[in-house]
Amino acid sequence: MTEDPVISLRDVAVTYDGRRVLHGVTLDIARGETMVLLGGSGSGKSTLLRQIIGLERPDAGRVIVNGIDPANCSPGDLRKFHRSVGVAFQSAALFNSLSIEENIALPLREHTRLPESTIRLMVWLKLAVVGLADAGKLNPQALSGGMKKRAAVARALALDPEVLVFDEPSAGLDPIVAAELDELILTLKRAFGMTMVIVTHELPSAFRIADRLAMLYQGSLIAVGTKEEFQSNSHPRVRQFLDRVPDPVADESRVDDFFQRYLEGDSPK
Amino acid sequence: MSLLIGSAERVGKRTKDDVEYCGSMARQFWNSLRALSSTLPMVGNRYRWKAALAQMLQIGVQAFPMVTLMAVCAGLILAMQGASELRRIGAINLVVELVTLGFTRELGPLLTAIAVSGRSASAFSAEIGTMKVTEEIDAMRTMAIDPVEFVLAPKYLAALVVIPCLSIFSNGFGILAGGAFMKIATGMTFGVFFRSVTRTLALRDLVTGLLKSLAFATIIVQIGCLEGFRVRGGPDAVGRSTTAAVVKSTFLVILADVGFTTLFYLTRGV
Repeated sequence: MTEDPVISLRDVAVTYDGRRVLHGVTLDIARGETMVLLGGSGSGKSTLLRQIIGLERPDAGRVIVNGIDPANCSPGDLRKFHRSVGVAFQSAALFNSLSIEENIALPLREHTRLPESTIRLMVWLKLAVVGLADAGKLNPQALSGGMKKRAAVARALALDPEVLVFDEPSAGLDPIVAAELDELILTLKRAFGMTMVIVTHELPSAFRIADRLAMLYQGSLIAVGTKEEFQSNSHPRVRQFLDRVPDPVADESRVDDFFQRYLEGDSPK
Repeated sequence: MSLLIGSAERVGKRTKDDVEYCGSMARQFWNSLRALSSTLPMVGNRYRWKAALAQMLQIGVQAFPMVTLMAVCAGLILAMQGASELRRIGAINLVVELVTLGFTRELGPLLTAIAVSGRSASAFSAEIGTMKVTEEIDAMRTMAIDPVEFVLAPKYLAALVVIPCLSIFSNGFGILAGGAFMKIATGMTFGVFFRSVTRTLALRDLVTGLLKSLAFATIIVQIGCLEGFRVRGGPDAVGRSTTAAVVKSTFLVILADVGFTTLFYLTRGV
């Protein structure tokens, strides 16, 4: 168990339409730590992320971030919670009706009383951090995939959050742009010492940026540890994931049985 | 037996979904009323007011040609249909009363609402639905920005301002079309026509028409936005929500009109 965790998940369980998606996940993330959540498609990692960023309430268990439980707190505390957590979404989620500058200025305009000149300066600084200082006037539609993701990081940084969350930062990017984004994450870690939670299934990226990794399988946490601990983990699913071994695509006996029944005139179900 | 159980299940599920829909609508309506003050000039958030002004242009100014054209066509139709019957009993002059009362009480607000419903309810639903699909609504929540206040409230304020204004223009153009018909059909001068119109016009009719417009504006914005907020899945869900927004808002506008007309008919003591 981590001492003084910034993020603390206790027996978090989530059910969608009667189907359990998370089964009592318990995890602590320390201040300044970069935790990478690994797992295959449908393993529940994005669902877990939505609990951490307060977009959903767990059916059971508790999520505490910076001492605040977003599912059971006052509106004032919820605002404080959202200001302390920056999120870079998988699709970047930039507002298409606003320019990049306006996207980044939005949280500052909504939550601070800073004069417009200060906001413009802060926006420029955030854009410079992610290497987009010249792209502020453009609309999101004019940016490439990698630039959009970096602009999303700049917006997530706008209110100087203590926790930065990335959902699939490298998804859909070519290896060079994905590596640039990894470098940006490492730079942010060095420069600001933020606590970071990163959901990904890109193994090279995960091992490059993580302090610790956690792996979800069918809604349960099956492994948590440092890079070295993770690589020596003997859990069959962890090994399968790390060694990129595919699941059998079709069950041959069931296919045979299906055709046998079909030939015998029994209608397939 | 299983067919019976299946039907009962479907009815139960449909009822549950409808109750949920009404609950979501009531919650959204209440939240939008609370958020409306943030869009007002001077006292509210200036970015919301700017957004409301932009919406007024989109909902109102851009719909103006369509609304006026519809009003002119409806005015001509009403005048011609009325004249063909009233001429037989020698009361063709009553066409002026027919068009004036028909538009101020009924057609002006209703035609405007149907035009705006077709243009804007679908646009609201598509805009918000796309924002749901692209995680923009989620991004707003993570930035502690209330989507109802940020997205819906400016649209609501804009609709409450421009739909009654469009209705007044619709009334005016519809009545003018009636006047043009009377000039061509009977040679009635515009002076005589306007005196007849002012004799027929009643403040009560104008006010009830504007009250209807406010209710129609509420229906169009609330349905359009709720359909957008309820989008789940991908782009196909956005398409379905857009269709549902137009169908439901148009139907509810007509249903509300029946309710208002019944109420006003009964309270007139006729």
